Amino acid sequence: MPALLFYLFALITLGFGLMVILARNPVTSALSLAMSFVGLAALFISLDAFFIGTIQILVYAGAVMVLFLFILMLLDIKAESDRKTNVAAIVGAIVLGAVLAVQIATVSSAHHQSDQSVHDAALNLVAAGNQMASTKTDLPTISKDLKAGILPDTKLMGLALFQQYGFHLQVMGLLLMVGTVGVVVLSKRDKEATR
Amino acid sequence: MITLSHYLIVSGLLFALGLAGVVARRNIIIIYMCLEMMLSAANLTLVAFSRFHVLAGLPDYSAQALVFFTITVAAAEVAVGLAIIVALYRSKQSVEVESVTKLQG
Repeated sequence: MPALLFYLFALITLGFGLMVILARNPVTSALSLAMSFVGLAALFISLDAFFIGTIQILVYAGAVMVLFLFILMLLDIKAESDRKTNVAAIVGAIVLGAVLAVQIATVSSAHHQSDQSVHDAALNLVAAGNQMASTKTDLPTISKDLKAGILPDTKLMGLALFQQYGFHLQVMGLLLMVGTVGVVVLSKRDKEATR
Repeated sequence: MITLSHYLIVSGLLFALGLAGVVARRNIIIIYMCLEMMLSAANLTLVAFSRFHVLAGLPDYSAQALVFFTITVAAAEVAVGLAIIVALYRSKQSVEVESVTKLQG
């Protein structure tokens, strides 16, 4: 990906992220967060993670942000009144954020791969395809794509999820079910209290 | 030339923005949005390391499986959290953090 596009999408991600915490109107914050997630999805796609980029848009920018907007409009939340600005909290937030940003920049520049670009860590799709075709557990749909020089990202993701992390995937299903039941219990009105 | 540290710095800045939002804002729903931003920043780090850790000619898909699970947990967390916020709004008629002081000593 050209450097210009990286800077454009990084700017979209961080600029709209800043809008989230600066905007007075909560609806502006929610829509800025959706744009920030779209920029982040573009960064994911620039890292050859096509599947993750797609579900970032579908789940975050789609489902999660709609849920946020739905609650904001359901509760009819007005813009924050600026009569009492908590100076201590704002100063603390700026100091904490700056310290953390400096720390992360220091740590990330100390990593041994930090000065590698995507070209230095090049993928070798044809070799991976030949290696997969020579094993007993060959999946022709994946190895054919790899030999043709195409990265079948979603197929490889499914292979990792169902071959290596099958149990974890089932635990996730259980978690989603517990979440669903929890939401129903939480939002049910207490019959004794309303009587 | 875009290197690994570019991605890590963007991720770090996004996390710092989310943290600053959690500390500075008073609206619980916006605090929740900032939490989502911090989770996404962690996802960006994972995907960047996944791409740069080349295993047998392919990106490391274990990291991307972890990102998939993180996104699932975040979606479940948002659903439960927003249900709690609605329940809170019913009892307090407000979503400002100052309205919830029952646990304050």
